[in-house]
Amino acid sequence: MSAADTTTPAKVPPPRPAPPPDVPEQPRQKRPSAIAAAPWALLAPCLLILVLVMGYPLVRLVTLSFQTFGQSQLWGFKPAESAGFANFTKVLGDSGFWAVVLRTIVFAAGSVIFTMVVGMLIALLLQRVSGWVKTLVNIALVASWGMPIIVATTVFKWLFDSDYGVFNALLSKLPGVDMIGHNWFASGPEGLLVIMLLVVWGAVPFVVITLGAGLTQVPKELEEAARLDGAGAWGVFRHVTLPILKPIIVMLTTLSVIWDMGVFPQVFVMRNGHPESEFQLLTTYSYDQAFMRNDYGQGSAIALITVVLLLGVVAVYMRQMLKIGEVE
Amino acid sequence: MSAIAASGRRGGKSRLGWNLLGLLVFVTAGFPVYWMLNTAFKPAKDAIDPDPSLLPTGLTLTNFRRALDIADFWGPVGRSLVVSLTVVVIGIFVGLLAALAISRFAFRGRKVVIVGILAVQMVPLVAMIIPVFLLLNDLGQYDKLSGLIVTYLTFILPFTVWTLRGFIVNIPRELEEAAMVDGCSRTGAFLRVVFPLLAPGLVATSVYGFIQAWNEYLYALMLMSQQNQTATVWLGNFTTKHGTEYAPMMAGSTMMAVPIVVLFLLVQRKMAAGLTAGAVKG
Repeated sequence: MSAADTTTPAKVPPPRPAPPPDVPEQPRQKRPSAIAAAPWALLAPCLLILVLVMGYPLVRLVTLSFQTFGQSQLWGFKPAESAGFANFTKVLGDSGFWAVVLRTIVFAAGSVIFTMVVGMLIALLLQRVSGWVKTLVNIALVASWGMPIIVATTVFKWLFDSDYGVFNALLSKLPGVDMIGHNWFASGPEGLLVIMLLVVWGAVPFVVITLGAGLTQVPKELEEAARLDGAGAWGVFRHVTLPILKPIIVMLTTLSVIWDMGVFPQVFVMRNGHPESEFQLLTTYSYDQAFMRNDYGQGSAIALITVVLLLGVVAVYMRQMLKIGEVE
Repeated sequence: MSAIAASGRRGGKSRLGWNLLGLLVFVTAGFPVYWMLNTAFKPAKDAIDPDPSLLPTGLTLTNFRRALDIADFWGPVGRSLVVSLTVVVIGIFVGLLAALAISRFAFRGRKVVIVGILAVQMVPLVAMIIPVFLLLNDLGQYDKLSGLIVTYLTFILPFTVWTLRGFIVNIPRELEEAAMVDGCSRTGAFLRVVFPLLAPGLVATSVYGFIQAWNEYLYALMLMSQQNQTATVWLGNFTTKHGTEYAPMMAGSTMMAVPIVVLFLLVQRKMAAGLTAGAVKG
């Protein structure tokens, strides 16, 4: 790693030793310091903006979670008071919070597994279909991928409407099933299943297209060789395709975990801006504590816990990205 | 020879089965989009039919007229345009400089910067909303487009830097070096050699960034008042307040989705390639 860092600068100068003879000597002498300052000068605006709009709020998130901050502090009537660990002990001691954590983890895990399995199956399927079918599927996938989340949520709300939704109508066409009037959002688990379907529908295209690009890079000879050695379709997939795709799969899985733990508008809009308690995920729960109950300190504590929960996954993702970066 | 022929024949036979399965995927994945368009263009009374016809039942634009009447549509669209375009212009300019720094220079602290930019991208927006809201409130930027623009930079900027970096590293360094051997300055080499090669990537990144800014919902909801809402909040409010007017709701969705999906179709291939380049080699 650090070896790469120290060897690269040595690579930059080589073209220079043979400059056109009429180039003055001066710039060459200035170069060491200029070269050191140049990247920082280029980075400065970006870092400045990020520190202001991202760094400061992040610090504020941490300090807020250790403060009592309610309506009166928001309007400036009272200064924010230090609360020590009170927000955290209150949150962690609340059984409702643990139910939300469990629900969020089940929801995110379900969405990620569902997305990855369906995405992998479709990517593999696309290798076996005729060209025109592949084009059709790709058009449908890219169209659903490009749908703004808010539009997709609205459309799914309509698809699953209890009285006039086409989903209930189609189900009722099956013999012996009468689902007309069935309210999918009457119970939390059923409603979250619909929301999971919405999340998966939006996430699968990215997975299919990325995996599809990866699959084209799996050497045909390796698959042939495995087949000649007597491996079945599953054997080839398990022992040849999967190991080669592993970096992509790790990247996609970690990204999906991060995205699916952060699901917000889908739940928020589906439940008309007021998710019932059995629909609350960590994101909506934190929002609710802060903006509905005006307890910004506790809301921040919940948000901070969410970020900490995600750190492990983020670390795996970054390791993978950095590995890829090094190859380049 | 016979083995090849046999496998070819087997492939031909089973291809029909795979194709049927593929068509099933096509119908399932495409259905929500189809149903949105179908409902948007059908007479409103046909939309509230417990046994809806799966095929179009007529073509009307009344739903669109109704959607435009319910609440001001063009105001929110204009605001969304202003915010998204400004964010993209700032993001691309600042992001390009930063991307050049981390992809073309080797310097102490480069790795820290890369890790930082990647990490920042991973912080869920929802976690940031409380401090961002309080910050803008303190600065008197609540309900101001400028406040929203600055806020959007939190996710557009890291995205732009990282994506442009991906496009830049795919341009061989030797090209630049050759130009420099031929007497170009470093800036000259960039402007004459790298920039033209980077242009398609820049366009794709801008369009994709525009889409992301345009689609953002949470910040727009929290940081702007009703009168100054953006396009996504317009649709969100439509859904939550007039949720029973299904056909106009789908007309509104169509107006929101079609331009974005078209833009997305244009750049998708380029973006997907940039994202996965080199991933398998890792």
